[in-house]
Amino acid sequence: MSNFEIVAREDFSPVTYLLEIRYPLLAKAAKPGQFVIVMSHPEGERIPLTIADFDRAKGTITLVIQAVGKTTKEMQRTCKVGTSLYAVVGPMGVPSQLAHAKKALVVGGGLGVAPTFPQARAFQEAGAYVIGVIGFRTKDLIFWDDKFRGVCDEVIVCTDDGSAGIKGTVAEGIKAAVAKHKDIDECVAIGPPIMMKGCAEATRPHKIKTMVSLNPLMVDGTGMCGGCRVKIGSQIKFACVDGPDFDGHQVDFDDLMARLKRFTAEERMAMEHWNDTCRLMKRADEMASASSKSDPELY
Amino acid sequence: MAAKKKTIRTIPQARTPAVEQDPSERARNFSEVSFAYTVDQALVEADRCLQCADEPCVRGCPVGIDIPGFIRKIAERHYQGAYDIITDTNLLPSVCGRVCPQENQCEGVCTVGETLEPVAIGRLERFVGDTAIKEGWANVPYIEPSGFRVGIVGAGPAGMACAADMAKAGCDVTVYEAFHQPGGVLKYGIPDFRLPNEVIDAEIEKLRQLGIKFECNTLVGRLFTIEQMVTEMGFDAVFVGTGAGYPSFMGIPGESLNGVLSANELLTRCNLMRARDYPNFDTPLKPGRHVAVVGAGNTAMDALRVSLRLGAESVHCIYRRSRKEAPARVEEVHHAEEEGVDFNWLASPVEILGDANSTVRGLRCVKMELGEPDESGRRRPMPVPGSEFEFQADMVVFAIGTNANPIIGQTSKLKLNKRGYIATDEHLATSIAGVYAGGDIVTGAATVIEAMGAGRKAARGMKAWLGLRDTESIYQSATAETRLGIPRDERGFARVRIA
Repeated sequence: MSNFEIVAREDFSPVTYLLEIRYPLLAKAAKPGQFVIVMSHPEGERIPLTIADFDRAKGTITLVIQAVGKTTKEMQRTCKVGTSLYAVVGPMGVPSQLAHAKKALVVGGGLGVAPTFPQARAFQEAGAYVIGVIGFRTKDLIFWDDKFRGVCDEVIVCTDDGSAGIKGTVAEGIKAAVAKHKDIDECVAIGPPIMMKGCAEATRPHKIKTMVSLNPLMVDGTGMCGGCRVKIGSQIKFACVDGPDFDGHQVDFDDLMARLKRFTAEERMAMEHWNDTCRLMKRADEMASASSKSDPELY
Repeated sequence: MAAKKKTIRTIPQARTPAVEQDPSERARNFSEVSFAYTVDQALVEADRCLQCADEPCVRGCPVGIDIPGFIRKIAERHYQGAYDIITDTNLLPSVCGRVCPQENQCEGVCTVGETLEPVAIGRLERFVGDTAIKEGWANVPYIEPSGFRVGIVGAGPAGMACAADMAKAGCDVTVYEAFHQPGGVLKYGIPDFRLPNEVIDAEIEKLRQLGIKFECNTLVGRLFTIEQMVTEMGFDAVFVGTGAGYPSFMGIPGESLNGVLSANELLTRCNLMRARDYPNFDTPLKPGRHVAVVGAGNTAMDALRVSLRLGAESVHCIYRRSRKEAPARVEEVHHAEEEGVDFNWLASPVEILGDANSTVRGLRCVKMELGEPDESGRRRPMPVPGSEFEFQADMVVFAIGTNANPIIGQTSKLKLNKRGYIATDEHLATSIAGVYAGGDIVTGAATVIEAMGAGRKAARGMKAWLGLRDTESIYQSATAETRLGIPRDERGFARVRIA
């Protein structure tokens, strides 16, 4: 157990980082659209992370993580090359079905750019004409646009502030793509719920099948707790075993966004607690280094 | 001096009570509710067993423990002997002594129970198991390797029982578990005040001593399939004991409000993930102040009592039938009541009420009355028109059972039945040769000991499939003196010599 070694790390921005983890069996089994559950240490929580990439030859999987909560910020500090995660389990979820499209639109927003990459690659491998639409808040946050150019026939970059590519959200990019290509037969959109909702609304008038990957809160990821239940049309589904991919035109995004706020107060408390601990640890480090200077014999 | 023959008049008349934490105190802590028998208490209670000839208790036990035998050993003050007798059939006495519904099993058919209170078999079993953990006893037989490799999917009670039997038969056993710790429902579901985690870990350590390997963080079906296990991975036989795990909801309005969750989620967060020690552990759990739990099984009782311990001011149980039909162990209902749970028998939720922030603020229920018996033999509850009532709640927990978990069905060609559970024959063999299944994934939600019984039954089938000599072989007839060359009186496992 707990032999999930981090073999590479890359920081895209002050809040976004990539971890490459050695796990040959998982790299062999993983398919686009699946996710893993990670625990960074024995007292940690189980967090679902989409598999952004996998390399069967090297036996590694890639995770792209945004430091938003206590766990992801802590991992940003502690996950260094050579260290190990306490637990990685997966691949979870039903793999994406992407066989038949001849012309596909692959849309990634922010962090969602990472998990859309294997989908774009799978479309390309299946011989489809692939249009990539990737959106970021600003120019400095852009990552993997070069990787996308490698597997897409066209790439449209969007930024909220217009500092690169089209100004606006990925929905603007979709509009541009749809205006140019009348024969897009499938769209895959991954990103924050609000962005996926925008994509679904942008493709709905054109009746383009739009698959989205949902990211509700989870505990076990095996269908056992039901914490990840989402409303799809009139039905209740568990994102971990029935998804995470669903028809974007059927998903009740407002319900999903409300449920994502379940633990807002607790998350804030965890952050404060963790910040306090960090401050204390920093103080302790400072005191230790101060005392080591004054009394070198101690060391 | 010849020992006088025991009769119902000469044995101690009263069942020895177990000392329990005071209800008002224990309702706020996670320490165990009832304490183990002391040696003196165990001796008095052991003396209540008549050692009757027809041994109804053994037939009442799903795994067939030699109950009079181990009680006799206790009475003889030979506690390790008692441990050896129990562990010949059940490797987890500390667990079963605590969580079996004895009143429906061994104790329910006890001869003493016809006249007096039945012998406290469960408490005696726990006494033996706990003593063994304390003393470090292990019943590790000499095992002759058979050369077969067996894979077990799921480290819960069914998988553990099957693993133990196969290991004793000389197989090289690997148990795969999706969670980061083995134990299954014993770990994530049953709270510490009923079954402390240290007890489970001690029992799992005993399995490790038999040579069983546990591989956690392994989601069978997705990381590799059942088919891969019996082909490229080289397992000669596979047992699937993944549990039911896909909690049901009622489909009433308001179920996606924040504050509505399954009992599985509440218990997993609190027990396995230690949300009760938040923020020292990272998993959050918004504790409810006014909690309503729907259902009256053991899981519901656990959810109710966990909520109390997490600091709830009021905890309500909502059940559509009456107390008599409640599926929970009698002792659990009794304990919950003592601790201050408010029971609403004959009531069913019709709507969960929410506020502007999509958070639960209350529950609307309707009163029920019992009509004619349904197919399960229980009287069917019918709503009473115009009897709706509301009360305040900020957490609503559903403990109304589970459906079949879809992962194995999605990823293998195993034949499933109409309800999505794995289809098996009477020996628990599935539609794939060499693959067996048992426990909740075959029967739907049941008890820990029933799952263990299924694990052992599947082990007998697997041994027959592998051609291992086994006196409990499924091909053994009750009349023949020998079968397949094995003498009838040869007990236990032919390949095992007790060291």
